[in-house]
Amino acid sequence: MSARDTILASIRRSLGVSGQEAPRRAAVASRLALHPVGLVPARGQRESERRALFRAMVELASGTVEEVARPEDVPGAVASFLRAHNLPLSVRRGSDPRLEALPWERERTLAVATGASDGSDLVAVSHAFGAAAETGTLMLTSGPDNPTTLNFLPDTHIVVVRADEIAGDYETLWQRLRAKYGAGRMPRTVNWITGPSRSADIEQTLILGAHGPRRLHVIVLDG
Amino acid sequence: MTAHVTSPRFKRNAAEALADAQLQQALKFVEVNFAARRREVAERLPEFDALRDSARDIKDHTLRHLDLYLDAFQQRVEAAGGHVHFAVTAEDARRIVLDICRAAGARTVTKGKSMVSEEIGLNDFLAANGINPVETDLGEYLIQIRGEMPSHIIAPAVHLTKEQVEADFRRVHTHLPADRSLVEPSTMLAEARGILRERFLAADVGITGANFLVAETGTSIIVTNEGNGDLTQTLPKVHVVLATIEKLIPTLEDVAQILRVLARSATGQELSVYTTFSTGPRRAGDPDGPEAYHVVILDNGRSAMLGGAFQDMLRCIRCGACMNHCPVYHAVGGHAYGWVYPGPMGAVLTPSLVGVDRAGHLPNASTFCGRCEEVCPVRIPLPRMMRAWREREFERHLSPATVRSGLAVWAFFAKRPRLYGLATAIAAFVLGWAGRRRGRFAWLPLARGWTRDRDFPAPAGSTFQAQWRRARRDHR
Repeated sequence: MSARDTILASIRRSLGVSGQEAPRRAAVASRLALHPVGLVPARGQRESERRALFRAMVELASGTVEEVARPEDVPGAVASFLRAHNLPLSVRRGSDPRLEALPWERERTLAVATGASDGSDLVAVSHAFGAAAETGTLMLTSGPDNPTTLNFLPDTHIVVVRADEIAGDYETLWQRLRAKYGAGRMPRTVNWITGPSRSADIEQTLILGAHGPRRLHVIVLDG
Repeated sequence: MTAHVTSPRFKRNAAEALADAQLQQALKFVEVNFAARRREVAERLPEFDALRDSARDIKDHTLRHLDLYLDAFQQRVEAAGGHVHFAVTAEDARRIVLDICRAAGARTVTKGKSMVSEEIGLNDFLAANGINPVETDLGEYLIQIRGEMPSHIIAPAVHLTKEQVEADFRRVHTHLPADRSLVEPSTMLAEARGILRERFLAADVGITGANFLVAETGTSIIVTNEGNGDLTQTLPKVHVVLATIEKLIPTLEDVAQILRVLARSATGQELSVYTTFSTGPRRAGDPDGPEAYHVVILDNGRSAMLGGAFQDMLRCIRCGACMNHCPVYHAVGGHAYGWVYPGPMGAVLTPSLVGVDRAGHLPNASTFCGRCEEVCPVRIPLPRMMRAWREREFERHLSPATVRSGLAVWAFFAKRPRLYGLATAIAAFVLGWAGRRRGRFAWLPLARGWTRDRDFPAPAGSTFQAQWRRARRDHR
């Protein structure tokens, strides 16, 4: 008997079932197919307050937020953030079409590389799939144009998110993800990011920048 | 089960812990910080208690259908190009992981924090087989260089002071200048970050645990704050997930419910910094990510807990709230419990996994104050289950003869209420009379275990039952 069969048999013996009971199988099949939504906190549900809540929650998690009116303002916002923190004017980004379309060339002094990081980059720029206001959480998906290494290796992570893609809750993001990737399918990696990396393992003293970025800056893009 | 079990000597462990000044210094922070942060964040979310009910119900539903959800999970992982391995025992799991490492030609493996890895003693096994395991969570790294077990399930090095960390770094990081300053925790963190960054980039295999496995999508989830787990699973060629059967959750929506109570209960954060959902190996065209993805699903005695008195323990989502709120844990820390799982959850789980004959002291190390159950995000009735272990220990004649005869004497009187009332009235009178001057006893016959460490208070009047009768009479 394989290990798998041994474990399943032991589970069934303990539960007193055979595994063939139609009602059990139906209960599981329907939950997996319908993925019912549970209790969703009220705090993210009012649309008029959602952006303010998102900002407040990102800041609570020690991240920073700025809002820009037009896509063409993003490269300038990136460059200003770097200058304000005395960082070299050099970033790495994925080739996500939403980032490709931005007029990076307008910032003449900003060097922009694309592709995965090998650990030598100080600053990365990513585009989020969306965000959940309830906890100030960004959701990023991996893919040919969105290297996961950019989310963790650089010291500073700048994430662009469209204002209309800030949802109130996680469940809304799952629905959007299913619409894009198909039921039961996921990209290799989905990263939820809530603030910059941290550790409190030494005497519970909170320190930012443990293994991942020590700064997380969110640029919310209107319209 | 190779991780060394010292639970049988819990009493001695506890006495040593109480006398350890550095440990007591480090433990001061646990009681204050964790509980206050949890309370604050829970109060900010009006739905928090209702979400705990929801999390409990999801786990109960999943456990009742666990065979079917495991099957669904396996199918989805394989559809995404990953591999699922089942392991009945700890030894099976170690062997599977070693085989994967060997097939990948691995010399160094990086590791994200995994309690299951501690449970099966994976590091020692890999090292004995010529593979160098490197813990990358700062707390796990600290205990690895000290050769210790975690003392807390989410803060493995919570028993250490920064002075101890400084000494360990100077002892181990000998390639760095001996006169460097290492006073601030931030400097120590930067040093560890620099050293571990090289290891991440050099590793052939990355091993992580899993907070959850999602049946709907074949996804494994890790919840971290440092980002070490993500570097562990993104940079090497092979990602191995080490999980146990009860980590299954049906859907992404169900996970959302449980995530809303996990970090709030654990660290008092609204959500941990990184919640990462991994499904299969890297896809065609992906610029990074592992080329192979393996999930090892371990039973190690858990399937036998289903359907019995301890099934509810399998709801545990490993937040650590029970130990953060436990007066016994606050006093003795995690190592005294003698195995990988300390605190109230360890007092219930350890006897299930290593046997009540070896871990019987743990369910006895409780004041039954009930705080653990009050704060448990999935409402595990921990005190009730500790009581169940005590009963089993008694039934199996594992408790010491003095305890058994003491209980027998008590039971003789308890079954005879009039005699009980008479005996306690006499005892209260005699003790009250004998202790009328000092109000307490420094020594009592048959009670040396009590009076060795503290005085026994002298009864200050009649028994409760006598007072009750009098009060009722006067009231009429």
